[in-house]
Amino acid sequence: MVPQVSQFPGEINWVFQLIFTALFVAFVFYGQRIQTYIMLREVESRLLLLKLMRDEGRKMAIETIKEIGKPKEDPIERVDRFLEYITISPQSMDPAGIVWKLEHVLDVQDVRFKDEVKLVAPEADEAQLNNLENTLEAALALNIIYKVIRHFYLLGKKTLSLYIIMQLQMVLPLIMREAEAFASALKAFATGQPIGDGAGALVAAKLMHGHEKRRIAKDIVVATVPLEGRIAHVLKSEGPGGNVGKPGDGIRRIIEETEGKIATIVMVDAALKLEGEKPGDVAEGVGAAIGGPGIDQFKIEESVLKYKIPVNAVIVKEDIGDAVSPMRKEIFDAADTVIQRIKRLILERTKKGDSIIIAGIGNTIGIGQ
Amino acid sequence: MTKTAETTTRRISSIYLMIILVTFVLSISALFYAVDALRSNQNVSAGYFTLIGSIGLALSVYMLLQTQRKPSRVAFEMPQVITTILCQKCGFKNIRDFQRGDYVFKDAEPCPKCNEKMMIASIYREVKEKEKERLG
Repeated sequence: MVPQVSQFPGEINWVFQLIFTALFVAFVFYGQRIQTYIMLREVESRLLLLKLMRDEGRKMAIETIKEIGKPKEDPIERVDRFLEYITISPQSMDPAGIVWKLEHVLDVQDVRFKDEVKLVAPEADEAQLNNLENTLEAALALNIIYKVIRHFYLLGKKTLSLYIIMQLQMVLPLIMREAEAFASALKAFATGQPIGDGAGALVAAKLMHGHEKRRIAKDIVVATVPLEGRIAHVLKSEGPGGNVGKPGDGIRRIIEETEGKIATIVMVDAALKLEGEKPGDVAEGVGAAIGGPGIDQFKIEESVLKYKIPVNAVIVKEDIGDAVSPMRKEIFDAADTVIQRIKRLILERTKKGDSIIIAGIGNTIGIGQ
Repeated sequence: MTKTAETTTRRISSIYLMIILVTFVLSISALFYAVDALRSNQNVSAGYFTLIGSIGLALSVYMLLQTQRKPSRVAFEMPQVITTILCQKCGFKNIRDFQRGDYVFKDAEPCPKCNEKMMIASIYREVKEKEKERLG
């Protein structure tokens, strides 16, 4: 039976008044702290997810190495060491010549990674070694993301600084997207499936299929293909292992071989789309369509400037998740659209008998030639 | 086939559940007092009780829903990847799941129709769009 309010209205009112006042005072003095704890809790749950991704990535890398590489020793210790690998970028106080310094550091890193993978996977062939290297790199990226976020989480928790935690909480959705992309990349790399980033390599592979190929630069193959009455030097990274090669060196060498007699260069690459755009949409423009640290773009721009060769870009749009996960049908189908665009472009911008370069940029994992 | 690797586990403390229960009971009591106060024409008290009861009820329901929230899933989804093997001569197509070692332009088994060597023509995954974007 509920007691009648009229029996003790004064006491109850007094109690509720007190609760209200206490809550008001608490929120005035501790409101920010309460908000901080709520944000910390949210960051913590995301951090837990990142930890699971990191652990799963490590597990997948180890399992793939054991399955493909048939190592004689347990690879766990070596994989764990690999996941902590760091690369120190060159000093940029005097930026002159930094491109070559960076290239050297990345070359050393590449050789070191390949040697490490060869040691843990002695039975793997060249393509499998490249795929394993990519798998380990994706696991390394997940480890770094987890550790950086954990660092700021713990720092925020230690200092209880709303501003550290707020920045972390605001940027986390984007970081989670990136981490999820690397997580799906792991499976693709481990099994050697083509990824969205390989759109450019796929276009080049379709153009050069059935023609004689030769290696022109590190991990780069070229084929001379007759196309709409022009001589097309089609180049791509050597597949089907996970590989981007050095297309900058490839393009430079072709330009030197032809003494600069190149009517135009068409570069095809995957590019990040804006939200609202459809994956697999094709766009055209000018300039060197190539990502990465910028070394190859620099080399290409230097070479074309010397001979004043026009550079055209054809890009296939996709988001970060699509770029590193197994290739979507829309992106695969876009390769034919790109070929049509290239044909139209060279018909409009070059003459019959001209030499042109068509460079398919991107990771060629799962794509032969 | 799509499978998810792991899920996070969430432990709910008994103290937390007790707080939810106490808040819920007190909120319900406050709402009863509100009704009673209204019947006794004590409108100010009724207002207070309604406010306190509603806030408490909303808070306890929210806290309860938080505990019941589905455990977060790790995005280790393994999408179905399709390999298409094509006969260049007669156009015969064989579509199957991706197998390790497949790559685009790899020579495949002979065509069952014309015995010509077939080739892997495409490897891709199909994505079903969850929702159509109004501004797309």
